[in-house]
Amino acid sequence: MINSPFVRKPASVQSVMLQVLLALVPGIAAYAWFFGPGILVQIALATAAALAGEAAVLAIRGKPVALFLGDLSAIVTAWLIALTFPPIAPWWLTVTGTLLAIVIVKQLYGGLGQNPFNPAMAAFCLMIVAYPALMSQWPAAGQLDAGTQLELIFGGARQIDAITGATPLDALRTALRGAADPASTLHGLRAAQLMDGPAFGLIGGHGGEWVALGYLLGGLWLLQRRIITWHIPLAFCAALFAAAGLLWALKPEGFASPLFHLASGGAMLGAFFILTDPVSGATTARGKLLFAAGAAVLTYVIRVFGAYPDGIAFATLLMNICVPLIDMKTQAPVFGHKKD
Amino acid sequence: MLTAILIMTGIALVLGAVLGFASIKFKVEGDPLVDQIDAILPQTQCGQCGFPGCRPYATAIAGGEAEINQCPPGGEEGIRKLADLLGREFKPLSEEHGVEKPKAVAVIDEETCIGCTLCIQACPVDAIVGAAKQMHTIIAADCTGCELCLAPCPVDCISMEPIAETVDTWKWRYPVFTIKQAA
Amino acid sequence: MLRKLFNFHGGVKPATHKEESTLSPIAPVPLPDRLVIPLHQSVGGHPRPLVQPGDRVFKGQRIGAADGSLSSAVHASTSGLVRDVVPAVMPHTSGLTTLSVIIEPDGDDRWGELERVNFRSTPPDELRDFLRDAGIVGLGGAVFPSHLKLKPGKEGALQTLVINGAECEPFITCDDMLMRERAGDMLKGIIAMRHMLQAREVLIGIEDNKPQAIAAVQAAIAASGETGIEAVAIPTRYPAGGAKQLIRVLTGIEVPHGRRSTDFGVQCFNVGTAYSIFEALERGRPLISRIVTVAGNVDAPRNYEVLIGTPMDHVVRLAGARAGTDRYIMGGPMMGARMPAFDVPVVKATNCILVGSPALFPPPPPEMPCIRCGECAKACPADLAPFEMYWHSRAKNFGKAQEYHLFDCIECGCCSFVCPSHIPLVDYFRFSKSEIWAREREKEAADTARDRFEFKNFRQEREKQEKAEKLAAKAAATREKVGADGSAAGAAAASSGTAPAKPSGDDAKRALIEAAMEKARQQKAQVQPKNTDAATPAVQAEIAAIEARRQVSATHPTDAPPDRPPSSGA
Ligand code: SF4
Ligand code: SF4
Ligand code: SF4
Ligand code: SF4
Repeated sequence: MINSPFVRKPASVQSVMLQVLLALVPGIAAYAWFFGPGILVQIALATAAALAGEAAVLAIRGKPVALFLGDLSAIVTAWLIALTFPPIAPWWLTVTGTLLAIVIVKQLYGGLGQNPFNPAMAAFCLMIVAYPALMSQWPAAGQLDAGTQLELIFGGARQIDAITGATPLDALRTALRGAADPASTLHGLRAAQLMDGPAFGLIGGHGGEWVALGYLLGGLWLLQRRIITWHIPLAFCAALFAAAGLLWALKPEGFASPLFHLASGGAMLGAFFILTDPVSGATTARGKLLFAAGAAVLTYVIRVFGAYPDGIAFATLLMNICVPLIDMKTQAPVFGHKKD
Repeated sequence: MLTAILIMTGIALVLGAVLGFASIKFKVEGDPLVDQIDAILPQTQCGQCGFPGCRPYATAIAGGEAEINQCPPGGEEGIRKLADLLGREFKPLSEEHGVEKPKAVAVIDEETCIGCTLCIQACPVDAIVGAAKQMHTIIAADCTGCELCLAPCPVDCISMEPIAETVDTWKWRYPVFTIKQAA
Repeated sequence: MLRKLFNFHGGVKPATHKEESTLSPIAPVPLPDRLVIPLHQSVGGHPRPLVQPGDRVFKGQRIGAADGSLSSAVHASTSGLVRDVVPAVMPHTSGLTTLSVIIEPDGDDRWGELERVNFRSTPPDELRDFLRDAGIVGLGGAVFPSHLKLKPGKEGALQTLVINGAECEPFITCDDMLMRERAGDMLKGIIAMRHMLQAREVLIGIEDNKPQAIAAVQAAIAASGETGIEAVAIPTRYPAGGAKQLIRVLTGIEVPHGRRSTDFGVQCFNVGTAYSIFEALERGRPLISRIVTVAGNVDAPRNYEVLIGTPMDHVVRLAGARAGTDRYIMGGPMMGARMPAFDVPVVKATNCILVGSPALFPPPPPEMPCIRCGECAKACPADLAPFEMYWHSRAKNFGKAQEYHLFDCIECGCCSFVCPSHIPLVDYFRFSKSEIWAREREKEAADTARDRFEFKNFRQEREKQEKAEKLAAKAAATREKVGADGSAAGAAAASSGTAPAKPSGDDAKRALIEAAMEKARQQKAQVQPKNTDAATPAVQAEIAAIEARRQVSATHPTDAPPDRPPSSGA
């Protein structure tokens, strides 16, 4: 029997997810433009794997398959996986990662709304631990043509070092370590000089900064559509800027500028699309600020002092663990119980 | 490598110490176990559990002499709460002790009652008033529905009436979960 | 003059659908064949019936007397014949029955004698009793007896009297039409309330989508020449008409759950209540009718002046019910209650009969899992985290739900309205609340039972002990007495020299036995149940009533018990 309210806003999980997908489009377009069509293939692969995996588990669990596939949440996860994995990752890497995310991280925890970890980020972490080399090969913008990319994705053996470099973040870290090493040819160079190479663009990685701009645009649109709130993106960017700015101000020759950090790697994707995943993120206003700021600081620390190409994924998972505590401790006072 | 292990061990030690301290410092001084068990029992005082009242049963549970599934009025929920409290496994209500029934109150047929006072003596909560050779009446608000007064009555004039739902006691139902139906 | 308004958190903006029912003025309703007037129409005690089947009643005659101070009287809405006093289905989602007076109108609609009161010269306590006996309750939907709210707080005077004309629920326009058509009389009621509360200022809050109502009230205020009364336009946002939200918007004060607003220097009444207070004081008419919006799946949505007790379908027929109607909703689409039948009576709480159809209010899409998107928290006017309460309510973890302030929820429905997963959140909260209440009742009953059980055991012990002591004492006394009597008799016999007919020792013994038997007989005859010593006054009263019943049936032992206690034929 239906009770009040008898009217509802025409909102649905489906429409929320659809808007998130739409908001990703500018970033994807920039990605494909600068780095070649490999990413589109990856997205297709991940989407297919996610849908198949989700359908299979739903059928086994006896849940209405069409209803839950229609909510599009699996596709969002798939796209985020494709966008965070290297665009030339072999097809089975993407597919395995996606299946892990959907089947283990999402469905085994109870499906939509129940997973404590962000599925895409969990998949990223699992795969980078299992296949560190494959997960670290990033082509520079315009380095590989479409044919080579496809061959790399679907082909068998590959000569790893010959074709790919590292992400700008990785490159910078390696270079900076070299600069600190008296035996290296790079010794004595400053961060700004190191970033003069072809891998780097105006403020971030060459090409990558335009992708980041695409994500930013999509994210702002989501904000305007009130799908996400300002708390997480703002807190993330501010904290990342602050953390990077602090070390940069102390030792500009040894660290990259805060702007570089904001425009590189998955910072924008993380700020607007990954950390804002409501299921595994904090929900209270103050909690969101804390959650995002914590993630930003962890991201920075992992980027600068860790060994992995980007820190977003690990930072997200670590903060996911803290969410119940953050939420519990940041409950806002309710009506009539505010102190003012 | 060694430093990492040392640091981890150090953190573990500190955390352990903090937790240990907290558990001593913030220990909840609860009621004695018997009181806690008694608080869960429904206080119908019917004796179906095999003990003369709820408190004796609580004492027996606390002493490990009785199972937690012997109280029919408490029903499944009562057993669950006991299982939670005592950290024991849930088990269904033991059939030999009875079945869960909707709550009821005893009603005396005032015309048939001969005023023998037998039910007054049987009632564990003094919910029956009346004097010898006069009709007896049950104070519905105090009757726990234990049925102990039924058997002693020589003229069988006591019956149990289920408690009717009123607007004040009506409950909203658990919302049906429609996902399965939509499939 | 612009007043500083405050904001409340959350809220939603559903389509209002208000224009349709404000096109034509408030219309009267022809007398129905039958009025069903439930005795229990307000928060608080169940009024006692004052009439019996067969009685003739006048319009406005009291048929139910308030039971204690938290209760309110009920009146006959028209003159006619009392057909019955029986339980009848009440306008409540449960579909349960409640004791109701069924009146067959005689068509004359004849008023009884009406008593007017001058509120300025009557002491406040008498005024409150008068309003209780006139059956005045809050007409905004909460039906709280108004006389209890018409007490100034501790200071003896109130800062602000808030009059609620916001009417934020979609479809409902009864307050709007009342303000348009009867602003002057309503204002007189407000002035009386202000007098009783000694309120310094009066703020009449009206949502800004009712410009005509605002203008009418402003004109009435100007015409009355009163100062310190102001009609304030407030932004249209549901639930601005919730008492707490309106107080917040107008004064910035947040009244927490479970606290009286007078403690914060404010009190809030609905405009309809103000009008009915005017009717009671100045015309002597008790609350026997109210304005009801009929809207939804009808040809001509409109407001009607409806007698309390009129079957809902009788009113809906006037507005032209359309095909496809599958339910009536009492109230609006956000907070209204689904009615169990079409012919349930209009009561004091009925501000709107919303005629529903599957096309108008389609069933929600299937419920999906919560994605913790926080939309519900954004919309909640009580600043709650509905998804947390939902999570714990769904798991029947009521303690946890309460930790998230379940009882601060005003059941406004905003959270369900916005939830993209279509979760009936409010249903979960209603479920949890009623479960918690039931548990509290059970707990109370268990505690009494425990006390009574322990007391009985204690009493039995005591009696056993007393008996043993008495026995011992008696035995000792008997022994002594026998000895004493024997020697005394012997001495007497010896002294007089004449031997009595019987030896006295035996005599004394027999006398004692006889006395004991006589005593036992007497005791048996008037034995008092000893289990009543610890009873509360309420229970003592109940016992007294039972005794009375017993006396009656003792005098006619063969009669069947009468259906109801013979009353003195009022
Ligand atoms: S079975 Fe009866 S006496 Fe025993 S614990 Fe339950 S209610 Fe009490
Ligand atoms: S009246 Fe009968 S059923 Fe009720 S408590 Fe007493 S003995 Fe039990
Ligand atoms: S609006 Fe619905 S889905 Fe979103 S957090 Fe609230 S309950 Fe969950
Ligand atoms: S129904 Fe309760 S929880 Fe939901 S929005 Fe209204 S006050 Fe908040």
